Amino acid sequence: MKVSLFSTCLSDILFADVAKNTLEILERVGCEVDYPMEQTCCGQPAYNSGYLQEAKASMKQMMKAFRHSEYVVGPSGSCVSMLKEYPHIFKGDPEWEEEAKVFAAKCYEITEFLVDVMGITDLGSTFKGRVTFHSSCHMKRLLGVKEQPKILLRNVEGVELVDLPWEEDCCGFGGTFAVKNPVISQEMVSEKSRHVSETQAEYLVGADMGCLMNIGGRMEREGKKVKIIHITEILNTH
Amino acid sequence: MSIKIGEIPYKERIQNGIKDDFMRQAVSSAQGRFRTGRLTQAAELGNWEDWRDLGEEIRTHTLENLDYYLHQLSEQVARRGGHVFFAETAEEANQYVKSIIQKKQAKKVVKAKSMVTEEIGLNKALEEVGAEVVESDLGEWILQLDEDPPSHIVTPALHKNKQQIRETFAKKKGYTGSDTPEELAAFAREQLRQDFLSADVGVTGCNFAIAESGSITLVTNEGNAEMVTSLPDTVITVMGMERIVPTWEEMEVLVSLLTRAAVGQKLTSYITAITGAGLELEVDSPEEFHLVIVDNGRSKILGTEFQSALHCIRCAACINACPVYRHIGGHAYNSIYPGPIGAVITPLLEGYDDHKELPYASTLCAACTEACPVKIPLHEHLIRHRQIIVEKEKGPTAEKLMMKGFAAWASNPAIYNMSAKMAKPALGPWTKDGMIENGPGPLKAWTEVRDFYAPQGQSFRSWFKQRQKDGESK
Ligand code: SF4
Repeated sequence: MKVSLFSTCLSDILFADVAKNTLEILERVGCEVDYPMEQTCCGQPAYNSGYLQEAKASMKQMMKAFRHSEYVVGPSGSCVSMLKEYPHIFKGDPEWEEEAKVFAAKCYEITEFLVDVMGITDLGSTFKGRVTFHSSCHMKRLLGVKEQPKILLRNVEGVELVDLPWEEDCCGFGGTFAVKNPVISQEMVSEKSRHVSETQAEYLVGADMGCLMNIGGRMEREGKKVKIIHITEILNTH
Repeated sequence: MSIKIGEIPYKERIQNGIKDDFMRQAVSSAQGRFRTGRLTQAAELGNWEDWRDLGEEIRTHTLENLDYYLHQLSEQVARRGGHVFFAETAEEANQYVKSIIQKKQAKKVVKAKSMVTEEIGLNKALEEVGAEVVESDLGEWILQLDEDPPSHIVTPALHKNKQQIRETFAKKKGYTGSDTPEELAAFAREQLRQDFLSADVGVTGCNFAIAESGSITLVTNEGNAEMVTSLPDTVITVMGMERIVPTWEEMEVLVSLLTRAAVGQKLTSYITAITGAGLELEVDSPEEFHLVIVDNGRSKILGTEFQSALHCIRCAACINACPVYRHIGGHAYNSIYPGPIGAVITPLLEGYDDHKELPYASTLCAACTEACPVKIPLHEHLIRHRQIIVEKEKGPTAEKLMMKGFAAWASNPAIYNMSAKMAKPALGPWTKDGMIENGPGPLKAWTEVRDFYAPQGQSFRSWFKQRQKDGESK
């Protein structure tokens, strides 16, 4: 199967290991993976702030970059859910409407792709530790991907998965929300950090680096020992 | 009162909310209860998503044919002896109700809970003409005694605890009992009973008006609407023009969604219906019935991309699901309609000038959209509000420049590549052990609260290029 990797700008620039692990997992399950160098950002920072024209500039670039791809797979539920919104955003645009539809239909989040497209629920991975899972809001609500990451995690040998209390609640990142409403954001992320502590997990696993860097950054500031870890790092073990 | 509650600036309101430990505790535990209730009820129903689809369909159909159903409703009310008045503005609505009160020389008006009468400021208007107005919903009564605005659309006194309520009762009504809920409720019941019996006019809101029969239905747990509509001779119902369903059948679906979504109940204790006036077969029908249908900015929303905001059945599920509301409470929104639905409709009804922060008081986590029993895409409406605010903003702002920069960066791979290469060395001076504790420029706000992760190493794309090269040379 031919797959194009969508690294997300965040993993490309800040967390290259996440993109590397995603690439290696896809290769391990037999995909032929390429990485279109023309890709940039999904456009969410501008779109969610109300800057439609600016967001569209970025979105067009993405559609061009993946024009020839069969599948587009990335390690972020939030960014992939943004890609899936393109048809809605370009509705009525004679030049881009059709392309947006074709593009959105081939985009997948990595755990969704593994479980739903490849039919894989066990990657034969091994990872020792007590972990809890933070499900990102966009991944579970906008993309509708809820169970796939947990199915994969439960099949990792050595992983002890404990439920996160108030799991459904947002971590308080929300893109520019963290900057526009720092006081509320701080309360939200502090509460999330408390809930993570309650689980006594050694690792906070997630499928979205945006949330993880928010919660992890807060826990670092509070001097907590919990490590954040992207799910692909656990899955890419033997 | 109007939709806007007061003049305290946004930042101060947020601080007040966050500092109020008691309120946050109360809201948090109520949210927990309501959410679990909603989810349990939804699970019990089995096909909750089908119900939501049906709810959405009913609301969409009704709003698309609103003229037709409003016409049918008013004909039916008139046929059954009631009077109908269309009020375009809050003033017109208040004026009409005042004129009836004056004609009846009414001294006391007893009310059932109604958001729209809060919205138009009816109580104040009636007090101006010398009527004593008594709220009969327990939460509303507490707030009325305390002169405090509501902080939630279903449980308006959510922010108060029983000690505070005891104090209010003691101060305003000479209560001397304890702060056990039973004793407090018994006292309120005794007091309100006198008011029901001595009231000249009853005023209610409306959950669903039924076009086919001209009936008004009210959903309560305390049964107070029953008293308000049957004891006084004259009853006036004030409704927002969108609170209407075609027939009893749709009403049944929406009530099922409403009570489950609101408090996790299959049904409320009471559903009160008023159909016209002076009907012989209805023993408790009032002698005189007036229906005031209020526009107050709603028709401006019809036909726009915000039309679905009018589908709202005021269940507050979005408020109960909202993590932002949990931390700041209802008063922080400075609107009688707080939470996600408030952030959507307040600027629509009252304009952006006083409410431009509201669409940003959300992480766009979509918990509201997911909870809404009639599937209003609340978070999408918030994004649309932001777009309008950006479009309206004249002249350059720092944010605008930054977003222009974003567009140039994200639409040009060469610039993007350069930044990917530069990120690590550029952030070097601020980085310690892979973390940034005190970031420059746009990172400043972030690092005031939490650490920022410095780039791990080279960018993925540089690594990938290298890997390809190595592969080729092997
Ligand atoms: S927007 Fe939806 S969830 Fe919120 S109060 Fe209205 S009907 Fe209920």
